[in-house]
Formats: sequence, C-alpha cells, structure tokens
Amino acid sequence: MDVVVLVKYVPDPTGTPKLGEDFLVVREGTDGTLDPGDEYAVEAGLRTVEAHGGEVTLVSMGPEVAMSAIRKGLSMGAHRGVLVTDPALRGADALATARVLAAAVSRRPFDVIFTGSESTDGYTGTVPMAVAGLLGIPALTFARKVEVGEGAVRIERQTDLGYDVIEAPIPALVSVTASAAEPRYATLKGIMAAKSKPVEQLSLADLGLDPATVAPTQRVLGITPAPSKGAGEIVQDGDGAVARIVDLLVEAKVI
Amino acid sequence: MGAVWVYAELGPDGPLPSALELLTKARALSDEVAAVALGPGAGAAAETLGEYGAGTVYAGEDPAFAEVVGQAAAHALAGLVVEHHPSLILFPSSQEGRDVAGRLQAALGSTLLSNATDVVALDRAVTQIFGDTQIVEVALEGPEPRLVLMRPKVVAAEPSGGRAAVRPVELALPADLPLARRVERHAEAASGPKLEEARVVVSGGRGMQDPSNLALLDRLAKAIGNAAVGATRAIVDAGWVPYHYQVGQTGKTVKPDVYLAFGISGATQHVVGMKGSKRIVAVNKDPDAPIFSLADLGVVGDALAILPKLIEEVERRKSAG
Ligand SMILES: Cc1cc2nc3c(=O)[nH]c(=O)nc-3n(C[C@H](O)[C@H](O)[C@H](O)COP(=O)(O)OP(=O)(O)OC[C@H]3O[C@@H](n4cnc5c(N)ncnc54)[C@H](O)[C@@H]3O)c2cc1C
Ligand SMILES: Nc1ncnc2c1ncn2[C@@H]1O[C@H](COP(=O)(O)O)[C@@H](O)[C@H]1O
Repeated sequence: MDVVVLVKYVPDPTGTPKLGEDFLVVREGTDGTLDPGDEYAVEAGLRTVEAHGGEVTLVSMGPEVAMSAIRKGLSMGAHRGVLVTDPALRGADALATARVLAAAVSRRPFDVIFTGSESTDGYTGTVPMAVAGLLGIPALTFARKVEVGEGAVRIERQTDLGYDVIEAPIPALVSVTASAAEPRYATLKGIMAAKSKPVEQLSLADLGLDPATVAPTQRVLGITPAPSKGAGEIVQDGDGAVARIVDLLVEAKVI
Repeated sequence: MGAVWVYAELGPDGPLPSALELLTKARALSDEVAAVALGPGAGAAAETLGEYGAGTVYAGEDPAFAEVVGQAAAHALAGLVVEHHPSLILFPSSQEGRDVAGRLQAALGSTLLSNATDVVALDRAVTQIFGDTQIVEVALEGPEPRLVLMRPKVVAAEPSGGRAAVRPVELALPADLPLARRVERHAEAASGPKLEEARVVVSGGRGMQDPSNLALLDRLAKAIGNAAVGATRAIVDAGWVPYHYQVGQTGKTVKPDVYLAFGISGATQHVVGMKGSKRIVAVNKDPDAPIFSLADLGVVGDALAILPKLIEEVERRKSAG
C-alpha cells in the first residue's frame, strides 16, 4: 500500500512566535519541529503499512529548514520524504499550499493520504479538504479511529454529539485528531536509519507549477495588540477561598 | 453591492446558532443576503433563516447532503455560485464548515480565511493570532466569492423580522465521483444542560490527576444546577472524557455567566474557547499558571482538596436559601 503523510514544519509550539516586518511568521533561524498534530498522522500511516505492507512517503511544503520535520518523521519509521521549497512560496496561503501539496502528491500513485486536522501555527484547518478536492478524492476528516481495509477506509469521526462512522473507497484522504493512535517515539536506531533514507527537494518548476497559481490571495493590512483583560483577585486556599467562590456564584445569580 | 451568503448548518432541531450569528453579520455587510441550507429540514429552516435576515434561502432537501461528507454540499454550492455570483460566503468554523469550505475553495480557486473574529467589508476580515494577543486585519483578494470561516459566538444573533423567498436546490452529483459517506451516527448523550447553553461551566484539566476525580466536577455541577462539565484537550486526548466535553480552539466556545477552571493551566488554545465568559474562577496549584491572568477570582491551591469543601458550601448556602 502506498501511503502519503502531509507533514508541516512549525515554529516550536512552546516558544513565542515572531512576526517579521512583512507580517509573516519568522520560520528561519528559529527553533522548529514537526507539527505535533502531524505526528498522529505519521503514526496512522506507519500502522497502515505495518498491517498491509508498502511504504510511507512524507510530503511537506516549507523553507529548507522544514527538512528537519521530514527527518523526524523518517526517524519514526517513514520511508522517504519530499520537500517542496521555493522562494515564490514565502507567505503561501491555504489555496497555494493545497495546490502545491496536491501537485507533489499526484506525481506518484497513492492509496491513502494522512494529514493532521489543523496545523499548530496556522490552524487554517481546511488544507486537507482542499487537497482532497483538487485530487478528486473523498476525505474522511476528524478521525479518532482509522481502519484501512481492502479497497476502502472506515473511520470514526468525532462529533459534537459522539461519533459518526464514515466510509469511502480508496484512494482517499484521512485527517486524524490527537485522539487517534498515540505516536511512537523515534528510537536511536530510527534516527540513525533516517540519515540514509531518500529525500527529494523540489521547486515549483519541478512540479510544473506556474508561480502565478500560488500568488497570495490575502494581504495583511495591519496588526495591533489585543487589549488584555486585567487580572482579578488572587487568594490562597485557606483564606476563605471557598466562601469567596460561593459569594461570586451568588453575585452572578447562578445559585 | 455584492451579495453575502451564509452557509447555514442544520442540526436536528433546525438551523444551528452559528447560522443566525452569521446572518446577523451578513446584514451589516450587504442588502443582499442569502442563506444556503442543505440537508433534510432545509425548507423548514427557511422561516427562521428569514427572520434573521436571509432574503433568499437556497434549500436542498436531498438526504445525500447529510450523508455525503463535504462533497455534496460543496458541489451544490459551486453550482449556485456560478449561477448567482455572490461576493462573500460566510461559514461557521465547525467541522462541517471546514469540510465544505475547503472543498469549495479547491473548486473555485477562491481565497479562504479561517478563524475570523470579524468581517468589516466584503473584502476585509479580522482574525486574532498568537493566542489572541494580536489582532490582524486582512485584505481578501483574488476571484469572488471570498470565503470566510467565522469563530462561534463572535457576533450576537439578532432577528431582523424578515421573510425569505425559498429557492429549491437539486443535487446532481457526477455518478462516477468517489464519495465519503456517513454510515452510522452515535450519540454519547450527556445528561444535564448543553455545554454551550449552561449558565455555569465547571471544567477540569490535567491537574485533576486521575479520571476518577472527575466525579467531583459532576457533583459540583449538580450542586450548582444548570451547570455543565467541560474539559481541556489534554484530558480528552488522554481518554478521560469524550471529545464533546472539549472547550477551546478545536472544541466548543462557551460564554457562561461563570466559568470554573480546576487544574487547567490556561494554554492559549483553551482560553480562546472560554475567555468570553462573564466571570472566570480558576483553581490551580501553580501561582504562575497563565489562567490566573484572566481569572476574576484565582485560588492558589489543590483542586482535589478544594472541590469537596466547595460542593459542601454550595449545598449549605442553597439550603439556607
Ligand atoms: C492545534 C492545537 C489545538 C488545541 N486545541 C485545544 C482546545 O480546543 N482545548 C484545549 O483545552 N486545549 C487545546 N490544545 C492544547 C493546549 O495547548 C494545552 O495543551 C491544554 O489546554 C492543556 O490542558 P491542561 O490545562 O489540562 O493541562 P496542563 O497544561 O498540563 O495543565 C495542568 C495544570 O494543572 C495544575 N495542577 C496540577 N495538579 C493540580 C492540583 N492538584 N490542583 C490544582 N491544580 C493542579 C498545574 O499547575 C497546571 O497548571 C490545543 C493544542 C494545539 C496544538
Ligand atoms: N505546508 C504544509 N506542508 C505539509 N502539510 C501541510 C502543510 N500545511 C498544512 N498541511 C497539512 O494539513 C493539515 C492541516 O493544516 P492547516 O489546514 O494548515 O491547519 C496539517 O496537519 C498537515 O497535515
């Protein structure tokens, strides 16, 4: 089975992200990582080939440093990587991202594409659906459980009320949530093996994409700090804290 | 002036609150407002949608709209767009909103902005980034319609008292299109008021230590009355409670009269879903926990020790009347 996982390189989620003069997130020279949400997608991909045979290809669009996100996925056990990087992609929006990823994926036959549900830095949350739309394949989104069978995929989709069961024929795209299978850690052996796995770096020209098709369709007009709400009263447990909470409930007329 | 459309998501009891919020926003942007309602019950929803400002409701009753994930609605919408040329379409930031808008974007090549907190013109929207510390105004360019997904509860729904003309929408999906179909629905029903509607939300995070301690939150909610229990994603992912408890960026947005947070650090993705609460109470062991920066009342202490005392005190005051 040919499995593709879309992985994004994001600035370290525990750090404070910075914006450059051009209003774009600074991605170079800051610590970055494989998006933690995409680790669930990598895990789902690895389990699929463990059950059915085949290989996992990681596909990412980002600056050259994004190679480190691909390396991380390879050290978890993925087999190969493809990074699309091009100066024309700086500031790429959701549409451009989906067009590039769809073009990169469609260079080879595939059975299932796994993605995260939303990226940690951008959280557009629509790139997977747009990629599926461009490829003309069904998308099984927000999966908390994935079963890949012969010629079909079945997922449990988490919902506001509980869950739905969704089915689709292969090839299909599946976006997973953080309730799906817990990602494995990279072992030392995996990290060593990753160094010799094949990774391709492609430009827009390699994909046959005209830079006009990835021109941004959004422009930041201005950024202002949000007014912050002043902190209220802080008390230690014991200083009548319980009574204070109940007083507040009474003031709010909820009891 | 261009038309503004609203993708009106339908629930078992008619249009979801998001549809009425988005229609209220649409009216402020254009005199030409339409709602697109797709799925069984669409026709019946038209009356309410009209009352909140839709001049026209494009209503599709085909059961396939509810059964096929994203593809059916996006296909029908793309057809309507080609026929009527709206300038802007507003979607809710829900799972369905994202399924439909993402696919529609692929079909139309339109720009798409997620997580909008406001729309100020047909080609201008506002969003907030970095844990809502920065407000960003964005110009929407490229071919119309522009697609904007708005966060829940950023607009208060207000009726206009209007009436909608209903235009039926037929679904003709290409026969050879491979589809993702919903074959089962399961409700993991919670008792008590809904999280989004309760006057009080009692939420727990990883600081609750163990799933067995969550019974304390249920007991407090019951003692208060008209209260619902919520959770952080940390304990949803850990399997302590189902996803429908989750409050935050990728869960529910709540604005109760009082939000009580027990053992919750106050990560930005959680805060986004609850900072609109009228009053916020936080109990955390760590005096430096970020949740304290937005709490009206913060208690530094052990949630597991405070909860039993709090339940007792609420019961005592209630019976004292
Ligand atoms: C893309 C993305 C989307 C996300 N969406 C959401 C979302 O929708 N909702 C959400 O909640 N999170 C979301 N998160 C996760 C979020 O970043 C945090 O990881 C999560 O909110 C932390 O949950 P927590 O506060 O329960 O746990 P922690 O951050 O681990 O905090 C536990 C807290 O409990 C305190 N504590 C420990 N013991 C006690 C005790 N005995 N008594 C009192 N206090 C105690 C600790 O001091 C600490 O502050 C998202 C993350 C990403 C990347
Ligand atoms: N630049 C990218 N490279 C690879 N995958 C991406 C990229 N952007 C988004 N994705 C995928 O799409 C998912 C949702 O991202 P988003 O729609 O940007 O919130 C992510 O979890 C990834 O799987």
